[in-house]
Amino acid sequence: MQSTKENIRIGFYVCHCGHNIAAMVDCADVAKYVKGLPNVVLSRDYKYMCSDPGQELIQKDIREYKLNRVVVASCSPLLHEHTFRSATAAGGLNPYYFHMVNIREHDSWVHTDRGEATVKAKALAHAAIDRVAFHKALETKTVKINPDALVVGGGIAGIHAAMTLANAGKKVYLVEREPSIGGHMAKFDKTFPTLDCAACILTPKMSEVGAHPNITLWSYSEVAQVDGYVGNYKVRVKRKPRYISEERCIGCMDCISACVFKEPKFEDEFNEGLGKRKPVYIPFPQATPQIVVIDPNVCLNFKRTKGPDGTPIVSDRCKKTCVEACGDKNAIDFTQKEEIKEIEVGTIIVATGFKTFDSKRVPAYGYGIYKNVYTALEIERLVNASGPTGGEVILREGKNPDGSPKHPKSIGIIHCVGSRDKKTNVWCSRVCCMYSMKLAHLLKEHTGAEVYNFYIDIRAPGKGYEEFYNKLLDEGVHFIRGRVGEVTDWAMTPEEEGKLVIRVEDTLAGYVRRIPVDMVVLSSGLEPQADAQDVRRLFNMSCGTEGFFLERHPKLAPVNTFTDGIFIAGACQGPRDIPDTVAQAGAAAAEALVLIDKGFVEQEPNTAFILDEECSGCKSCIPLCPYSAILYDETRKKAHINEALCKGCGTCVAACPSGSIVQNLFEDEQIFSEIQGVLAYD
Amino acid sequence: MKYSYYPGCSLKGQGRAYEESLLPVMRHLGIELEELPDWNCCGATAYMAVDEGKACVAASRNLAIAEKAGLQQVLAPCSACYLVLNKTQHLIHDYPQIKSAVDRAMTSVNLKYSTDIPVRHPLDVLISDVGVDAIKQKVTHPLKGLKVAPYYGCQIVRPYATFDDQFNPTSMDRILEALGATMVQFPLKTKCCGGSLTGTLPEAGLRLSYIILKEAIKRGADVIATVCPLCLFNLDSFHGKIAAKWESARIPTVYFTQLMGLAFGMTAKQMGLQRGLVPMKPLASAPACCAARTAAAAT
Amino acid sequence: MTKEWRPRIVAFFCNWCTYTAADLAGVSRMKYASNVRVIRLMCSGRVDPQFVLDALTRGADGVLIGGCHPGDCHYAEGNYKMLRRFQLLKRLLRDMGIEEERVRLEWISAAEGDKVKAVINEMTDQLLKVGPLGLPQRFEEWDKEVTRLEEEIRGGDAAGAGCACAAKLQKPAAASKSEVAHV
Repeated sequence: MQSTKENIRIGFYVCHCGHNIAAMVDCADVAKYVKGLPNVVLSRDYKYMCSDPGQELIQKDIREYKLNRVVVASCSPLLHEHTFRSATAAGGLNPYYFHMVNIREHDSWVHTDRGEATVKAKALAHAAIDRVAFHKALETKTVKINPDALVVGGGIAGIHAAMTLANAGKKVYLVEREPSIGGHMAKFDKTFPTLDCAACILTPKMSEVGAHPNITLWSYSEVAQVDGYVGNYKVRVKRKPRYISEERCIGCMDCISACVFKEPKFEDEFNEGLGKRKPVYIPFPQATPQIVVIDPNVCLNFKRTKGPDGTPIVSDRCKKTCVEACGDKNAIDFTQKEEIKEIEVGTIIVATGFKTFDSKRVPAYGYGIYKNVYTALEIERLVNASGPTGGEVILREGKNPDGSPKHPKSIGIIHCVGSRDKKTNVWCSRVCCMYSMKLAHLLKEHTGAEVYNFYIDIRAPGKGYEEFYNKLLDEGVHFIRGRVGEVTDWAMTPEEEGKLVIRVEDTLAGYVRRIPVDMVVLSSGLEPQADAQDVRRLFNMSCGTEGFFLERHPKLAPVNTFTDGIFIAGACQGPRDIPDTVAQAGAAAAEALVLIDKGFVEQEPNTAFILDEECSGCKSCIPLCPYSAILYDETRKKAHINEALCKGCGTCVAACPSGSIVQNLFEDEQIFSEIQGVLAYD
Repeated sequence: MKYSYYPGCSLKGQGRAYEESLLPVMRHLGIELEELPDWNCCGATAYMAVDEGKACVAASRNLAIAEKAGLQQVLAPCSACYLVLNKTQHLIHDYPQIKSAVDRAMTSVNLKYSTDIPVRHPLDVLISDVGVDAIKQKVTHPLKGLKVAPYYGCQIVRPYATFDDQFNPTSMDRILEALGATMVQFPLKTKCCGGSLTGTLPEAGLRLSYIILKEAIKRGADVIATVCPLCLFNLDSFHGKIAAKWESARIPTVYFTQLMGLAFGMTAKQMGLQRGLVPMKPLASAPACCAARTAAAAT
Repeated sequence: MTKEWRPRIVAFFCNWCTYTAADLAGVSRMKYASNVRVIRLMCSGRVDPQFVLDALTRGADGVLIGGCHPGDCHYAEGNYKMLRRFQLLKRLLRDMGIEEERVRLEWISAAEGDKVKAVINEMTDQLLKVGPLGLPQRFEEWDKEVTRLEEEIRGGDAAGAGCACAAKLQKPAAASKSEVAHV
């Protein structure tokens, strides 16, 4: 099979990777074995091939020994293929004359017998030696990058990423599902550990986004479709009807006061259902954009039934006092339909955030059973001055003897609800300890109540976090170490009557305690968004087992995904707090800027092409291509691949009956020789 | 729908009323129960504590018989049987030494344990296979005004919560609500009834029974409905001792199937209600239909 | 054989999901059987059935193909194309008398390092039970058998040669000198 005209001269290097490889693979033995294989001019083992001296060694050898092929057996090509290709190129060779063998992730780290691991390393090295002889010089393709960017999700991550890009002079589309940007952070009262008011630091940023000339803000919108590839994405955005003209609404809210519903009657999503809103509403005072929304599910002017396509039907039953109030601004439009916008962008930042764990999934804690059990997010709204009670902490159930609302005198905060538990989610949600302590502080401040924290471990690993914990201890907040067994209204003593009893094993005191409280707060954990799997497919990303979006590399590429040009930021990648989210959003924006400012991106030349003389014109390949990159030339009765459209999957190559399609870097000869190679040594 | 019925010792003895009510109720709902031939002890309580391997052997013989008979599913109404048969399957999977002990024992009696036949609880079958709606349709004498404390006991949801929640099971609630009864909010649903401690360590065991009885009365229940023969025994049998030690906490405890039968128009006697030590008094003063039938049972 | 026989598995993993999952298994220091040799392709859609046949011919006892889960292919639908081919390939292999356990297709996402470990270990166990395929050795034996037959026929009755050859090729292993002599 080795029919190359040139004289093949291979240099082989096996890396010790310190002890990572050398402890399980006899590197010297591998080098010795490879030395005896055909075309191998030199074979070395070296401590760290990826180090500067390692790379220089390759360059020096290429020149000195006139090498024309290079093989390095070390870690995964997904990690260092680029490094060694560059070293090969620096040595004066075409970088695609290099091939990499993975003897770390696929060998030394996963096996326990040194003999077997060494045998495997030899087999894999043999395959590479056989394969590399068939390598050809290739040219790296470059693709132009559209400088416009898309940011998906208008929480603090999306806001920060969009602002960073926009301030760098790039045009940004910011798409948010809800009527207003702000995300979860907009609902928070204070932020830990500094206790600065969330609204005070967030809302200026929100209005900046709304006013920024480089940002096109589409709230109440969702990404419906993504096509294309790095630098050239075509995105369809679905704009849901808010029955208000965004151009004409000035945010005066006259329509809201004029609504035929004199009192707010419907569950207010922003206040976690603790407050009420009207059918025409603005989610919260600082909402951005300052444009009202009409909820067709409750607005009298819509029928309760929906049309065959699911769109609400206008009934015209209402007096439409809102339209009257709007007057000649004429912003209310009951006929508004869903709209699809098509945009072209070069890079996309996905910052779709998280959802909180549904505490009803732990019935032992009584959420949904006992009214005075709250989620942490509900408490955020309850202690918030602009919340449904104006910041007064009053119980949902129970009144004072005089009929006035009751304030809690004792409060239990249960940590790790839906976190660190095999029955629900195994991961630590990272923010709950800190926000629980923040809420403990705020609740104590607002009510003077005795506050108990029930924790497994206090995790306060951040700047000023441990200090915050100490501050809480000094304030007299109680900390009881133990996972709560249950919350019950089963009273055993007169003191427990009418209270919620928290049953917990105090693991420091060493006995089971019953602690009666007026209010229970569940520190629910963070989970992937309910539609994370759909979003992942939309953007061709991966998810980890827990459902958060998967980064390209946990340490070295934390905001990149496996799809070039698509980046992730914030809690959609895993639970994280605001400082980390903002840092990551900045990083994602910087990564996008790298592509935008470079103007082009280099792509693997792993595209396929057709050997014209071999093609029989059977057209088998044409329907297989997901990118419609294969065209059929009717006059010549031959297929032709448009290299610009080909993404290099190789599906057509495998299907061609005449073997006339070749995929660069994955040619048939290369793979067959690799098969032969892995089986040559046992 | 056909199931292999594994009564266990309780339903033939102390818990006879459970069988007396379960069989007609299931028949009424179109469920065919075929009693497992030549069944033996499930291996509960004492066996399990003394020798897990031997307990599993005892339990697996029943499953092997069902397998040999070609039956698809085993219905185990007693909570202890239900737990031990399920636990045996788990242990056979997880511990090779138990599997080999079972295999050896089965071979010696020409049986074979090869598949895991689902072991189901009546609540599971009623909720998942029959459905609340079908039960509702059969109700001719709604249990209107009857306040029930639903008490599940520990074993059917722990450690294996297969068909209901581990801490707040609701399957019996849903069934009894379909019969027209009112559930009192009962946080002690799965708390310990005292188990065998009522016999071995009464000062500890009886206290646990007392707590449940007292709480049910406090919450205004007319009756406690349970699924477990041992729970019923504990809650029904020690009222004298409880009254002597703490205070009187007399409230009747019945099997949920007995209440189902009443709602389907069967008589109290047919349902074995006369076997209860604390008679189901509240029913006599409750709706006419129930009162009439309770009275009929008394004659 | 001097040492204990161990099955040899050639694996074709797609770059985006399964190869990454195998990297993850490595990073997580999971331990699995060492007899698998992974060949990286960009997509499971690139797996030509000839690769599978070639691997078996060259001495592999099993072939494992790993791709992204349905709906997750980096190239939209390469894994579906592989699945279609795989169905045909399985029939072909069955007709050739190759045990079903020897060729396996698995969807393994980038997050499923534990699945890489489980699948490789499971396949190794299954192949240990099925035993060696040993196609290269079998080919050698068949070649020898055919050569021997040819020689015998050349030495015997030329008229009956065609017939004998056809009969023997159907049952090469059971061929015996007495039968040939009888013809």
